[in-house]
Amino acid sequence: MESWKQFKGDNWKNEINVEDFILNNYSEYKGDDSFLSPISRKTKKVWDKVQELLKEELKKGVMDIETNAISGINNFEPGYIDKENEVIIGLQTDKPLKRIINPYGGIRMVEAELQAYGYEMNQELEKNFKQFRKTHNDGVFDAYTKEIRLARKSGLVTGLPDAYGRGRIIGDYRRIALYGINYLIEIKKKDLDTILNDNINSEVICLREEVNTQIRALEDIKKMALKYGFDISNPASSAKEAVQWLYFGYLAAIKENNGAAMSLGRTSTFLDIYIERDLKNNLITEEEAQELIDQFIIKLRIARHLRTPEYNELFAGDPTWVTEAIAGVIDEKKSLVTKNSYRYLHTLINLGAAPEPNMTVLWSEYLPENFKKYCSKISILTDAIQYENDDIMRPIYGTDYAIACCVSAMKVGKQMQYFGARCNLAKALLYAINGGIDEISGMKIVDGFDIMDDEYLEYNKVKEAYQKMLKKVAKTYVDAMNIIHYMHDKYAYEASQMALHDTLVDRLMAFGVAGLSVVTDSLSAIKYAKVKPIRNEEGIAIDFEIDGDYPKYGNDDDLVDNIAVWVVEKFSNELKTHPLYRNSIHTLSVLTITSNVVYGKKTGSTPDGRKKGVAFAPGANPMHGRDCCGALASLNSVSKLPYKDVCQDGISNTFSVVPSALGVNLDNQIDNLVNIIDGYFKQKGHHLNINVFNRDTLIDALNNPDKHPNLTIRVSGYAVNFNRLSYEQKLEVIDRTFHEVI
Amino acid sequence: MKGNISSIETMGLVDGPGVRLVVFFQGCSLRCIFCHNPETWNNNTKTLITVDELYEKIARYKNYFGEKGGVTFSGGEPLLQPDFLTAILKKCKENNIHTAIDTAGYGCGNYVSVLEYTDLVIFDIKAIDQEGYKSITGRDIEESIKFLNLCQQKNKDMWLRQVIVPTINDNEKYITRLKEFIKPLKNIKKIELLPYKTFGNSKYDELNIKYRLKEIPDMDINKLNMLDKILKSDNL
Repeated sequence: MESWKQFKGDNWKNEINVEDFILNNYSEYKGDDSFLSPISRKTKKVWDKVQELLKEELKKGVMDIETNAISGINNFEPGYIDKENEVIIGLQTDKPLKRIINPYGGIRMVEAELQAYGYEMNQELEKNFKQFRKTHNDGVFDAYTKEIRLARKSGLVTGLPDAYGRGRIIGDYRRIALYGINYLIEIKKKDLDTILNDNINSEVICLREEVNTQIRALEDIKKMALKYGFDISNPASSAKEAVQWLYFGYLAAIKENNGAAMSLGRTSTFLDIYIERDLKNNLITEEEAQELIDQFIIKLRIARHLRTPEYNELFAGDPTWVTEAIAGVIDEKKSLVTKNSYRYLHTLINLGAAPEPNMTVLWSEYLPENFKKYCSKISILTDAIQYENDDIMRPIYGTDYAIACCVSAMKVGKQMQYFGARCNLAKALLYAINGGIDEISGMKIVDGFDIMDDEYLEYNKVKEAYQKMLKKVAKTYVDAMNIIHYMHDKYAYEASQMALHDTLVDRLMAFGVAGLSVVTDSLSAIKYAKVKPIRNEEGIAIDFEIDGDYPKYGNDDDLVDNIAVWVVEKFSNELKTHPLYRNSIHTLSVLTITSNVVYGKKTGSTPDGRKKGVAFAPGANPMHGRDCCGALASLNSVSKLPYKDVCQDGISNTFSVVPSALGVNLDNQIDNLVNIIDGYFKQKGHHLNINVFNRDTLIDALNNPDKHPNLTIRVSGYAVNFNRLSYEQKLEVIDRTFHEVI
Repeated sequence: MKGNISSIETMGLVDGPGVRLVVFFQGCSLRCIFCHNPETWNNNTKTLITVDELYEKIARYKNYFGEKGGVTFSGGEPLLQPDFLTAILKKCKENNIHTAIDTAGYGCGNYVSVLEYTDLVIFDIKAIDQEGYKSITGRDIEESIKFLNLCQQKNKDMWLRQVIVPTINDNEKYITRLKEFIKPLKNIKKIELLPYKTFGNSKYDELNIKYRLKEIPDMDINKLNMLDKILKSDNL
């Protein structure tokens, strides 16, 4: 085939196998960043326009909402930013930054969103979804149990995707570029007649219905691309087409779905193969190659979803989690770093720092030194990169996995995830002490527990009650997740994304916890110091007095760090005792995004001395100010949390350091940061957000936002534009531990 | 044998090459007017730790050290506990960890055994003559010169450090004399002028020690850079 000219290998030609195509054709790059090109004239023009629009959007909250059409792959007219200068084209709606409503998730959510921004609901739409078309949200609430409703209401389990899109599904968008839509449809049709034509049980019936929906979605993607003047029936035959075809796949996903995290996958090395071929054949220059990537990234930066202000309180800064996994290795000798790995990161220089796409470097000790240094440099300059440990993920997921959202690994096109929510571990501890009664509302939330009336809390008694509580919560949480994903598949199925998966996929169900450091320190205080509850008239502990000192999580002290390990292992094991919808595999993350602020707000005083309403630490981070032996001790504590088989959906750690503490000059800082990342991952840490800036910069940005329009900071698992955080969230970030050295 | 340790900083990125664990020893004979660790002055027991216990802590950070990093023993004055210092240095060297000591050179002898296991000496020049030394540290310069000479004799790699304090030594005249002082020294890998900063003050209040530089502001960084330029002209 003409499109595949000069490409090597056979397996990928006879079956859908993008990994095999990459391994047969990519060219590893071990050099430095000196080949990179600056922003092109065309890109500059487009980006200038976008920056104006972004300023306007920040003032208005949302730029505009399309109220006369609803989410769908081919439901909108083509849109452009600056047609003559756009090299890669395609927008979600007919205008940049105009947002889509998605009533399949829940019509009441759409109502709330429109109301929040002063828009009217289209009456016909309202009627359709209230009278004729049931939504995901309606389905879920028909099935929820009493226990789930209580746990949800009290904030014991929060962020359940029962009214918003679950996201965290990564379509293998590369398939469109490599194979063209027609072949993908052909394979899906073949699956219907072969693997789905035997033993017609309920799972196969479900799949047969889904695959036909997928085929229609593929046809819609083709029609949508045609509106922009491209026929993507056949494979892409140039670098430009490859980027464009791939982007149409992603674009379809974000037109159809409003998932919490709509991640991109692992595209840079795949696209490098096309770019290298065109460069070799003198069809493009390096400047044009960078232009393609810059313009692609611009499109990813302006992906938008419509959310309510309450949602923003949980996940601040309008995140979309267009997560792109970069680099990683094949083995000790060969990495997957290409020139295009550099080009992606270089967009942070050409276009300036930005939170999206969520640039995620899959770090291995075997990455080329030059690339390690380059990443370190870009981190220091932009704070926009997160790092994840390829050396602990690769043995589980192979060499072609990507990251959804912040830390969730999955094999591209072969695994998908059922995402959902977090359990507030600190609140669960208070419930164990307070007989299942909520310390703030006074309502009974969990049955079967007695109020503890001891003058001082007894460790063994508390531990036993806590285990029992975790068992109860795990059951309720699993029930909620099973219901949610059953209904999501039924009423808000992500056809365009699932069409870009194998028909028979593995399903991961990702649970989460928040407040790990609070509960760990609380148990440590009860064990090693004396903790006296202060009770109200009903006997509920509303505050605690601590007599004596106790070991605190974050100081590389096994006495307390082992408690954290015990808690996550215990909860993971409890979750695993319950079977999951569609035979999913249980995974667990220690990740909060910015929701640590809200969780803290909704949780009473805890036995570690944290006062009512005070924010939790983000993700797996130690509580602010409690680590006293320096940053590496803190990293070592977090690195003890087990990834494989326990927290296999990721363990998020955010590391903030002031530049002067990192080294005396930039070269020094670059080298030191490389060693810190290398060290943390050799200790088997999983994820690291890196921020290098002064607290003063943040305080200045708090008071003078206009002076820092691009100030990007990394929070648990993602990056965010500082100006888009709420005032409370800004203060919480400023209060965090900054590692300074005298 | 146990060492008396004030604290440990696990991420020291400026006290020696690369990523380093810094162990602060308790106790110092000097009373430098600009000291920002006055809590390490007295010889009271802070944390007693054996060589093996301390080594175990250090080894937890080996993965971060990379090619250049390692451990730095600082203080206080590490040379005031020479037996313990020698033992922990030896243990680190046996395990291929790069060792540095951050010292004013004002110890109590046994320097030869210490230096045997020390890869790098970070030497704090307090002043370059008896008069200046006495007024800054309260002690005589002789002991530190003795240590400096021994380092030279043993061919130890050295970093030199000098704190620059407004009104005390932030002038070209002093820098020119400092240059003359340094010129004959060999194996000098780095010379750093450190700006005086006021952020240590609150510690003095907590410890009920009179802070003698109350009226002195932070050292101006531009001026420091200018002095640094003068110091390092002629390839020093």
